Amino acid sequence: MKTTEPNPGLQLDARGRLCHLLTLDGLPRELLIDILDEAEAHDKVLRGQDKKQGTLSGRTIVNLFFEPSTRTRTTFELAAKRLSADVLNLQVSASSTSKGETLFDTLKTLEAMQADMFVVRHEASGAAHFFAEHAAPGVAILNAGDGRHAHPTQGLLDLFTIRRYKGGGVGGPSNDCFKKLTVAIVGDVLHSRVARSDIHGLRILGTKEIRVVAPPTLVPAGIEAMGVKVFHELESGLDGADVVILLRLQKERMMGAFLPSLAEFHRDFGLTRARLAKLKPEAIVMHPGPINRGVEIEGDVAYGPRSLILNQVSHGIAVRMAVMSMILGAPAPAEARSPRSRR
Amino acid sequence: MKPQSPDWSPARAVKPDSPTPRSLLIRGARVLDPRSGFDGIGQVGIRDGLIVACEPSLPDETYDETIDADGLWLMPGVVDLCARFREPGQTHKASFASEVPAAQASGITTVLLPPDCQPVIDSPAMLLRVQRIAAQAGGLDVRVLGALTKGLGGEALAELSSLKNAGASGASQALQPIRDSLVARRALEYAHGLGVTVHVFAQNAALAAGGCAHEGAIATRLGLPPIPAAAEVSGIRFWITLVEDTGARVHFCRLSTARGAELVALAQQRGLPVSADVAAHQLFLTDADIDGFNALCHVQPPLRGAADREALREAVASGVIGAVCSDHQPHEADAKINPFPLTEPGISALETLLPLTLALVHEGRLSPLAMAERLSLGPARIAGLDAGRLDAGQPADLVLLDPDAEWTLHTERMLSAGRNTPFDGCALRGRVVRTVYRGRTVFAG
Repeated sequence: MKTTEPNPGLQLDARGRLCHLLTLDGLPRELLIDILDEAEAHDKVLRGQDKKQGTLSGRTIVNLFFEPSTRTRTTFELAAKRLSADVLNLQVSASSTSKGETLFDTLKTLEAMQADMFVVRHEASGAAHFFAEHAAPGVAILNAGDGRHAHPTQGLLDLFTIRRYKGGGVGGPSNDCFKKLTVAIVGDVLHSRVARSDIHGLRILGTKEIRVVAPPTLVPAGIEAMGVKVFHELESGLDGADVVILLRLQKERMMGAFLPSLAEFHRDFGLTRARLAKLKPEAIVMHPGPINRGVEIEGDVAYGPRSLILNQVSHGIAVRMAVMSMILGAPAPAEARSPRSRR
Repeated sequence: MKPQSPDWSPARAVKPDSPTPRSLLIRGARVLDPRSGFDGIGQVGIRDGLIVACEPSLPDETYDETIDADGLWLMPGVVDLCARFREPGQTHKASFASEVPAAQASGITTVLLPPDCQPVIDSPAMLLRVQRIAAQAGGLDVRVLGALTKGLGGEALAELSSLKNAGASGASQALQPIRDSLVARRALEYAHGLGVTVHVFAQNAALAAGGCAHEGAIATRLGLPPIPAAAEVSGIRFWITLVEDTGARVHFCRLSTARGAELVALAQQRGLPVSADVAAHQLFLTDADIDGFNALCHVQPPLRGAADREALREAVASGVIGAVCSDHQPHEADAKINPFPLTEPGISALETLLPLTLALVHEGRLSPLAMAERLSLGPARIAGLDAGRLDAGQPADLVLLDPDAEWTLHTERMLSAGRNTPFDGCALRGRVVRTVYRGRTVFAG
């Protein structure tokens, strides 16, 4: 007895336009490509001297972070400021919510300050859906990470980076490049919202093969249903890969018996120079940051020629500008737009 | 004026003695008596609160009231092995004043309350307090499970003998674990000496730690911390091992997995004194229903996969699962207004118990007689209660229902104070027409 239909439509309005961004799961391919194209336009502006656009002037964007974060929050803040929005940063600690104000009350209080968008990060999976369900009409929710569930802007910036470096060509980046790519996601998939968003995005764009590579303790049950192949050994997992996405390993994973030691994880799953040498010559290396040197990646590899880790950070600003401007209905300036990408 | 206790309400003031139950004749109904196995058109006569006769035809006698029940089914009143009325301690969620009428309207004449109200029912004094509240509310046979350990802490035994003497129908940890295996063993030994049935929610706490959804593809996609099936299976294995050692009678509450049901079946085949129940919603919902973070489907144990649901249905049909219960957990609205993992688990389920179980009959999975058995005699036997049968001389607790009446559940029309149900707007088939408790009509639809 199906009592409730899943509601992938929560983030799309009646005309199919983005009104929240909660997850990449279920997004139409065309829309996903539109976001990437829009991000290309913003990236072009960002590479010029005047990086500011007036498009969101007068709008208010609230960074509502229930988990400590500086990096991600800063990129959202910068993206909003580049678009001339007013930005409010709220770091809400768990202790203040335990004083009695519920999440619902927090949302309603901030809504009353005429905010147009909330960029939300929360440790509970489903928190962004919760805010979107309860937000007043016209108030947008942008998921900046909810539990292990989703981190859609990170997923988008990873897609953006892959498309740029693997889909180059005349007349704009090729979206068909994904059909030829094998992407290996390595590390703590179990706790990773980045891995989940990457997998959804890669799948929507038709990626040839998506792999997750990790010891069984860090692979969630039934992940094959998301369209991935599971490898418990790095050598075979990286064999023939075009893109390697490393995940951050939280050091507290030694607790709870996920792993015996960081050293052993590094030995078996860390990307070292020796392992890098065995990859395809044109393979690229990515990481959502912040990196743990000597754990999932060697320092030399992180800053080596095949690493796109810092490019990812730059792309993150453009992608977040794209999402903010599309949701709030203000596209990038026409002169920044290149011909539409090849679908 | 004497200060009132915080959860006193006028609705609970002692009611004047209800008028002497009138005599009642129900004729023409399809009578389902699981004790005798009778399934046919019959007449049931009731006098002075007792069933005087239940026969295909009755001699002409005068009754104060006669009901022509052609097309309706008559069965013993429903015995619900697990319902929480939230009183005392959580009357912002529900109370006897709200839940007793909801139970009566749902054809329920007996409920078993778990001991996890606040304070916990771990002493005769608390048990008497709950019994007094129940007596004041009236109209429903309210039975209580005593706590197995003090404060449900899992460390020291509660006074099981005193609780039994005060009227406890068994002992239980409710949803709380016993982390120390030795305490679990001694609890069974002690309970066995008293002939007390121990109701166990068998879930290995370490394996379930922090989880809120069935481990599988859906929890993985939603990023919800999982509860593996192994949490239940290993819990059941553990308790069965102690049953083998101690001979204690153990009832497994709220099965959710196929492997769990299989273990119970094997133990029963070996003659071990174990029984099991399932919450009605587990027979209809699966983990697919939590998709989109539907907090109304956040329950404990979690909704499992379709294969588990199928196995649970089979176990109900075969009798391995001897009772279907509501696992009623009414909540205030705020309890479900949060991100999924932070919501309180549970469904307000009194009002869907009968129609959901009846749906198994409509789907051809259960005979009407077996349905009546799993809802009345089966649970009554598990709880050691003399109920669930239509023999002459029995207290007249029965329910008359229209098995084909179609209706739509609307939360705003629910009687329970808890409106937390995932079945809002669902078309249901089967409705209670009349509930008779001790010969008195306590609900007439």
